[in-house]
Amino acid sequence: MTDWTPAELQAVWLSLKVASVAMAFSLVPAIGVAWVLSRHRFWGRSVLNTLVHLPLVVPPVVTGYALLRVFGQRGVVGAWLLTHGGFQFSFRWTGAALAAGVMAFPLIVRAVQLGIDNVDRQIEEAAATLGASPWKVFLSVTLPLALPGLVAGLAIGFAKALGEFGATITFVSNIPGETQTLALAIYSQLERPGGDGPAMRLAWLSIGISVLALFASEALSRSLRHREP
Amino acid sequence: MSLLVEVQHRLGGFRLDVRVEIGPGLTALVGPSGAGKTTLLNVLAGIVRPTHGVVRLDAEILADTTAHIWRAPHRRRIGYVFQEPRLFPHLTVWQNLHYARWVQPNVPKTLLPADVIDLLNLSALLARYPSRLSGGEKQRVALGRALLGTPRLLLLDEPLAAVDQTHREEILPYLDRIRAEHAIPAIYVTHTWKEVAGRADHVVELGQGRVAFEGSVADAEARRNA
Repeated sequence: MTDWTPAELQAVWLSLKVASVAMAFSLVPAIGVAWVLSRHRFWGRSVLNTLVHLPLVVPPVVTGYALLRVFGQRGVVGAWLLTHGGFQFSFRWTGAALAAGVMAFPLIVRAVQLGIDNVDRQIEEAAATLGASPWKVFLSVTLPLALPGLVAGLAIGFAKALGEFGATITFVSNIPGETQTLALAIYSQLERPGGDGPAMRLAWLSIGISVLALFASEALSRSLRHREP
Repeated sequence: MSLLVEVQHRLGGFRLDVRVEIGPGLTALVGPSGAGKTTLLNVLAGIVRPTHGVVRLDAEILADTTAHIWRAPHRRRIGYVFQEPRLFPHLTVWQNLHYARWVQPNVPKTLLPADVIDLLNLSALLARYPSRLSGGEKQRVALGRALLGTPRLLLLDEPLAAVDQTHREEILPYLDRIRAEHAIPAIYVTHTWKEVAGRADHVVELGQGRVAFEGSVADAEARRNA
């Protein structure tokens, strides 16, 4: 199990890069949406809620197809980005990160929302009477107290992004070195005669990475609990 | 300081309808449970937006529903010590005390943290988190935290309700010291007449959402004995 081929290492590296970038770009919007859903009752709230959760219930291939229609080279946003910014999602690792981010988004939002729901609003009121504007209340009280939810959201989101398959292969195809993440590499090996052994190696590898990520998040949330006796 | 309150507020079946002027010194706000005492404080602090009416602190209008004036709680500089301490659980005592200065660096600093720590005898607690404090210690920190916001008016909502009897006797002298050394106008809500009898300058009694009595402590005492 020790001699990893360059192609395998490339798939691992690409998966970690895609999942990390997906998390980095999803986190702030996810926190914003979670806060709005947790703290506000407004017209259209259920529409927003449904929209956010859509990737969770729709077949991933449909999400991938939707991404292709919107962010593909001929998609509304994709075409604009290509002509105005020279930026391309389709068939690039950036597209894989976008697909992973969209698929993980509802999971992050749910965890963060739960974290914010658990923050005592009376403590936020106390902060306001001490002169903290709503924005400062959010940064100094709500967010730190919701940190366990945030960590949980990132862990589950990262794991989801790492293993995303359907939306990714539909949107950015399966290009070794560019969009072929671990999950897609396993799929490719299984399609190939005699690829059973390599597929098994990659499967173990992906299990190992996921378990490691879960351990890391568990350790992090435990250290947070310690800091906050 | 002069505070004018003329508000009506509906909350489910409850109706608060209060017109009262409050001067400097310590005002005791008394009355049975459900009389609207906490609701009135929340209106003053800006936590509750009254259905109708005006709140004016000196020349500043904090709320005027007909003129659509509304000052958010963080712009009022009204200190509030709640029934429960409501300390920030993720911050140490020292950080809790400095919170107001941290979120509003421009607030006038007439009270120094060192003085408040000394006044409330908090120096041994500074490094602790709120979960490591007793009920009485928590309320002392909450009081210090509110004072360091340099409030123009201090609202105390039964600050001793959650504190056991022995610790109550410990806190009352601190309140007296604050009153003696810093002339911060305060409204003190209580069920226990003993807490305010020798301290208040003025008494307002609420009953069923309305002002049932307003006057001096002597008058209030005469009324109680009648």
